[in-house]
Amino acid sequence: MKRLILLLLLVPALAVAALGEFETPQQEARYRALSQQLRCLVCQGQSIADSDADLAKDLKREVRRMILEGRTDAEIKDFMVARYGDFVLYKPPVKASTYLLWFGPFVLLIGGLVTWSVLARRRQAGSEALSDAERERLRQILDGADRRGDA
Amino acid sequence: MKKKALIPLLIFGVLAVLLAVGLRLDPHTVPSPLIGKPLPAFTAPQLHAPEQTFSSDEMIGEVSVVNVFASWCIPCRQEHPYLAQLAARGIAPIYGLSYKDRREDARAWLARFGDVYRAIAYDPEGRVGLDLGVYGVPETFILDRHGVVRYKHIGPIDAAALRDEIVPRIERLIREGQ
Repeated sequence: MKRLILLLLLVPALAVAALGEFETPQQEARYRALSQQLRCLVCQGQSIADSDADLAKDLKREVRRMILEGRTDAEIKDFMVARYGDFVLYKPPVKASTYLLWFGPFVLLIGGLVTWSVLARRRQAGSEALSDAERERLRQILDGADRRGDA
Repeated sequence: MKKKALIPLLIFGVLAVLLAVGLRLDPHTVPSPLIGKPLPAFTAPQLHAPEQTFSSDEMIGEVSVVNVFASWCIPCRQEHPYLAQLAARGIAPIYGLSYKDRREDARAWLARFGDVYRAIAYDPEGRVGLDLGVYGVPETFILDRHGVVRYKHIGPIDAAALRDEIVPRIERLIREGQ
């Protein structure tokens, strides 16, 4: 069992090792970083680095080819976006159609903070402004409680 | 006070509508960036005649359909009768892209189920498929007379998709060109 687990732990290492050689460690680092940032479209929860789907292998092969050809990261991403759309990027670009995605959470957060502060202020104001009639009623209630406590 | 009590209900209502819409969307259908752009040009050997090539330029001049298929693709089998129906209508030629297949397997598959294509480009390594943004077979493109991609169907075409999407769109494009 232990041996099996160890073997399984080795699988990702083997997968990376099998991907072919780069000329420099920088190229390999770029390859790793890029393949983490690109989504596998078949298994959408995974990056192409994590996925073993055929499509992911093809895309990794293309990334490697383009790195060896000396293309920049931006050029490689553009290549992928031209074919598969923004969806292929894990980090979608900021543009009109993605404003809601990028800024929606902050809008919600600010809205929540505003609502919370308004409610908190209102509650505070309410506690200060106890009218005479309310004071009297409060006294009666407290007295009543005392009487019940005595009984 | 009564109005205030309605706020949570309102929030619930909005959320319910958003989630209901979300449930109906298919996350596997990724909008193609190719829509409205010319199909990337390619040249590939023909499936039936390895010594001859097929060029994407051959599809320019009339409304056409490009279908990406493979013999190992089970949904392609499911789709095939509807492609045959489309071919029988004779409204637009169907071109095939034999994707990541072995030549003999693809040809045996066509011999068994019927060859509905005007011409088939052979793409054993999926290089053409990569340029077309193919990520799951079957996929079907509708091109206008100028070779511009006007529609992409991802997954098998069924009776409803043929009737409601594919055929009306082809007919509209043909009318558009007249």
